[in-house]
Amino acid sequence: MANSKPKNQNKVGWLMALPASGLIFLFLIVPFLLAFWFSFTNQRLISPNPTEFVGWSNFSSLIGVGTLTVEPEKDAEGKTVIKPNGDIQYPRMRKFTRNNPDYEHLKGMREWFSFPLSNDRKWVVLARDKLFMKALVNTILFVLIVAPLQGAFALLLALMINQKLPGINIFRTIYFMPVVISIVVVSILWRFIYDGENGLLNAMLSFFSFGLFEPVDWLGNSSTALGSIMVMSIWQGVGFHMIIWLSGLQTISGSLYEAAALEGATRWQTFRYVTWPGLKNTAVLIMVVITMQAFALFAQVDVMTRGGPVDSTQTLVFQSVQRGYEKQDIAGGSAIAVVLFLIVLSISLIQRFLTRDRT
Amino acid sequence: MNINTRSTLLKYLLLTWVALLFIFPVVFMVVSSLKPDLQLLQDSSSFRAFLPVGETSLNNYSSAWERVPIGRFVFNSIVVTAITVISSLFLCSMAAFSFVFLEFKGKAVLLSVILATLIVPFETIAIPLLMLVNKLPWIGVDGFQIGWLDSYHVQIIPWIADGLTIFLFIQYFKDLPRDLVEAARVDGATWFQVYSRVIVPLAGPCFATAAILKFLVMYNQYLWPLMTTQSESYRPVMVGLQYFFQLNIAWGEIMAYLSIITLPVLVFYLSMQRTFIASIASTGVKG
Repeated sequence: MANSKPKNQNKVGWLMALPASGLIFLFLIVPFLLAFWFSFTNQRLISPNPTEFVGWSNFSSLIGVGTLTVEPEKDAEGKTVIKPNGDIQYPRMRKFTRNNPDYEHLKGMREWFSFPLSNDRKWVVLARDKLFMKALVNTILFVLIVAPLQGAFALLLALMINQKLPGINIFRTIYFMPVVISIVVVSILWRFIYDGENGLLNAMLSFFSFGLFEPVDWLGNSSTALGSIMVMSIWQGVGFHMIIWLSGLQTISGSLYEAAALEGATRWQTFRYVTWPGLKNTAVLIMVVITMQAFALFAQVDVMTRGGPVDSTQTLVFQSVQRGYEKQDIAGGSAIAVVLFLIVLSISLIQRFLTRDRT
Repeated sequence: MNINTRSTLLKYLLLTWVALLFIFPVVFMVVSSLKPDLQLLQDSSSFRAFLPVGETSLNNYSSAWERVPIGRFVFNSIVVTAITVISSLFLCSMAAFSFVFLEFKGKAVLLSVILATLIVPFETIAIPLLMLVNKLPWIGVDGFQIGWLDSYHVQIIPWIADGLTIFLFIQYFKDLPRDLVEAARVDGATWFQVYSRVIVPLAGPCFATAAILKFLVMYNQYLWPLMTTQSESYRPVMVGLQYFFQLNIAWGEIMAYLSIITLPVLVFYLSMQRTFIASIASTGVKG
């Protein structure tokens, strides 16, 4: 009996698991593998030429970077040339990046950013795909800033909500509310809040500073656009993680708090030595979830800024969709998707490593 | 006033301030939807933005209704969401049942592959998926082939099964008493009957959780229907928003449309907030 049982269940087991598994295979795993395949080809949405295997070239054209130290231009007398506006004249980058056999490795690259060095020299970093690099940096910035802030705010809210006060559920309900609203709807509403002329945010800042605050076009300014999207994203997502913190808080046994109270622990000591140790696994989980959500940043950018101004809000997913869908460059879009996936994968492996002993 | 009441009062004050922070865009949305454009823009730079003052009417609603087929968009969203949620609950719970209660060859591998898909962000596979469905056959006779693009099924079928829903059911089924399954088997029930008559009736809370999570994903769909639907007859509410940003932008109408598509969800949420919050909390339980 015991021997024949698993054998009997083979058929029915597969039969019941197959519909869902088959759908996941066809609509998730196959496209995922296709993304890998496309990223090694020159696939386009519609093309008269057959698709060809191109090896690593999509990736090398994405992540190729080079550096260069340039001297200022000298005139006939050996003096540094100064432009009419007072800046130092440097040689044009295309002298190095176009048809220059001495700088073959910089071919086709564009200036990404530069640092001044001593003696008016300049250290220039060039990128083969400047737009991708900007998207990569913005995405990483977004994750590095949003993940800890959102996690911390969510914990603060959870601690506030975890108090035993009459009517506390009303506040919990309100704090969670933005989570159920579509990010598209939220993004459009926040365009009003951030508007440079009639925006609510400017009006409030001006009110509270008694008119001292100069209005800012939050989304139209390359130095504030990404930050504005960050603030809105935190506002929308923080309620979700508040609830996860809250369920972590509620697993901490009440007797620990009683013991702490008996010992005369201060509120901070109670948090530091009772609450926080009890939340360690929740903390890792929350950081991973926020990080993954942050890496997938797309809708906010699509609705609010379309990557601008001056590419200051480009992100990996936005670039991937724009290339793959709008520019029909399937291979380029897929290569970015693969880069993004590898980043996300390494993060979840790190999470596994961090929680290895406790599960 | 003693110290205790004062600190309680301060707590409520803080809680209320934070609540205002979360609620103000929604109030702004609803209030603005009642105002004519000129007044809306003027008011939005002062606290009048949150007050239904001046000339208020439902005009924006009627002109939004004239500009786009709102009824059609809402209907499309409901069709897509409802069919996906129901199919998902059925197929994913059945698969989870198989993973928990049955022994079959390759189970461990299959399960770990399914759970591994949890870390793939949808956006990274959207384009290959688009190419894939474009190539897939769909029911039709020769010469009269119906494709995948611009349809309901392209919005439904790829979204039915997902690792998270299966995972939630597995977590729930694991804790159910196995004796019930054994007993039903001894009584001669088929495995499908065990699933449908014994396990499903016990898993009400888990079905509610999975339904709410799927509902939120499906109703708020944006990128995928944007890519796959071209005609008004299949576009859902979020894609319908695009129509308001073509030609002359009328902000009052946009606010009215946003209110129409958001308020039902908010009412649904407020009436079932306990279940909503419990379902989010259960995604955080690590197995």
